[in-house]
Amino acid sequence: MAVNLKQLTQHEELLTGGHRACAGCTGSNILRQIMLTAGQNTVVGGATGCMEVVTTIFPYTAWRTSFIHSAFENCAATVSGAETAYRALKKRGDLPREETGRKNFIAFGGDGGTYDIGLQSLSGAMERGHNMVYVCYDNEAYMNTGIQRSSATPLGAFTSTAPAGKVKQGKEQNRKDLTKIMVAHNIPYVAQTTPFHWKDLATKVEKALAVDGPAFLNILMPCPVGWHFDTAIGMQLAKEAVESNFWPLFEVENGVYKINQKPKERSPMENWMKQQGRFKHLFRPGNEAILENIQTYVDEQWEKLLKLEEMTAK
Amino acid sequence: MSFLKNSELHEGGIIREAGNAHDYQTGDWRTFVPQFVEENCIHCMFCWIYCPDSAIDIDTSGDKPKMKGIILDHCKGCGICATECPPAKKGKAALVMVREEK
Ligand SMILES: Cc1ncc(C[n+]2csc(CCOP(=O)(O)OP(=O)(O)O)c2C)c(N)n1
Ligand code: SF4
Ligand code: SF4
Repeated sequence: MAVNLKQLTQHEELLTGGHRACAGCTGSNILRQIMLTAGQNTVVGGATGCMEVVTTIFPYTAWRTSFIHSAFENCAATVSGAETAYRALKKRGDLPREETGRKNFIAFGGDGGTYDIGLQSLSGAMERGHNMVYVCYDNEAYMNTGIQRSSATPLGAFTSTAPAGKVKQGKEQNRKDLTKIMVAHNIPYVAQTTPFHWKDLATKVEKALAVDGPAFLNILMPCPVGWHFDTAIGMQLAKEAVESNFWPLFEVENGVYKINQKPKERSPMENWMKQQGRFKHLFRPGNEAILENIQTYVDEQWEKLLKLEEMTAK
Repeated sequence: MSFLKNSELHEGGIIREAGNAHDYQTGDWRTFVPQFVEENCIHCMFCWIYCPDSAIDIDTSGDKPKMKGIILDHCKGCGICATECPPAKKGKAALVMVREEK
C-alpha cells in the first residue's frame, strides 16, 4: 500500500508534545512516526534510555496508548510476555469481545539497550517467534547517561569513554552490524530506515506489523547532543547518512535482500562527518589514515550488501 | 507543578491518564521560534511530519490538510521545520526562525 502524507495526517497523534526530549532530538520523531502508522491498538514497551525516560517522566506520559516501562536489558522479553499473555487470554475466552481484535506489540530500545545489554533477550524473543516488532533507535552511543561508546558507535567517533586527545582518536573499533545479526535469526522481516525517509519508514512499519511472526527495524537516529550538531539539521544528517552509503536503506523479507535506495553517486563520508563535532578531531593533521579507513569500510560494506541482494534475488 | 503525595500514587507507579504530558509546557525552553509566513506555505506537511514535538498545528477537516501554525506550548525552537520547509529552498521560506522576545 502506497503511503502518503495526506493519509498520515488523518491518523491519530499518539505521542503528545510536552515530552522532555532535547530540542531537535530525532528520536521522539521516530516514535511519533511509528505510532502514526501503528495506531491505537498497540502495546508499546520501552527499554530504559533517552526515549523511555523523556516520554514517561512521572507523573506524565506522552503515550496515548498502553506503555510498559521495561528495564534496560529485557524489553524484548517484557513485550514478548505481553504478547503471549494476550494470546493465552484470548484463547481462554477471558477477554471482552471488543478486545479480541488485532493488536500490535512493539518493543523499542536505544543502541545500548539493543546492540549490547538487551541483545540476549532480543535474540531469544526473535527465536521464539513472537508476533512482535522490535525497533532499535540507533543514536550510536549511550546518550541518556552522557554519551558512552556502544558497539554501535562508529570508528573514530568521540564519546566520553572513547575520547580523543593526544593518545587516542575516538573509538578504535568499527560498529557492529546488528541488522545482519537479526537477519541471521531467519525471521520474516528485517529492515533499516531513518526518520528523514518518512515514506520508507511508514511502509516498513506497516510491513513489520503485518508479518506473521517477529520483525526487527533498525532506525538511525541523529542526536544533536551526542553527535554535536545544530538542532535544525538532524533530519538532513539522516538523509546524508543514506546518500553516503553509511546507513543504506534496505529490507530483508524472508531472506531476500532489497536495497530501497541506491545513490547514483555516493557522497564522501567526510561531507557527512564534517557537520558533526564527534568527528572534529579526525580533521586534524595526522589523522588522514583514520578517515581513509572509515571510507574504505563503508565502501566495502556497501559492496557486500550489493552482493547479498544479487545472491538472494529470486 | 505540584508534587503528588505518597497516598495519591497508584500501585506500581502507573500513570492512568494516557497522554497527560500534553499538559506539560516545553515552550519556555525556546530561544528561537519559527515564524509562519502563510502566503509562502504550500501545505506539503513536511514540517508536520518532521517535528519531534508534535508542535505543528494542522487542519485536517477539508479535502487537503492545511498548516495552521505552531503550537507554542510545546515547540522547543529546534528549527527542523524551517530547515525542511521546501519553499525555503527557493528563497520563499514559509517558516523562519527568529529570536523570541520574552
Ligand atoms: C542494568 C542497567 N545498567 C545501567 C543503567 C543506566 N542507564 C540508563 S539509560 C542508559 C543509557 C541508554 O543508552 P541507549 O540504550 O543507547 O539509549 P539512549 O540513551 O542513547 O537513547 C544507562 C547506561 C540502567 N538503567 N540499567
Ligand atoms: S540526548 Fe540525544 S537521544 Fe537523548 S533526548 Fe537528547 S537528543 Fe534525544
Ligand atoms: S522549531 Fe522544532 S519543535 Fe518547533 S515546530 Fe519547528 S520542528 Fe517543531
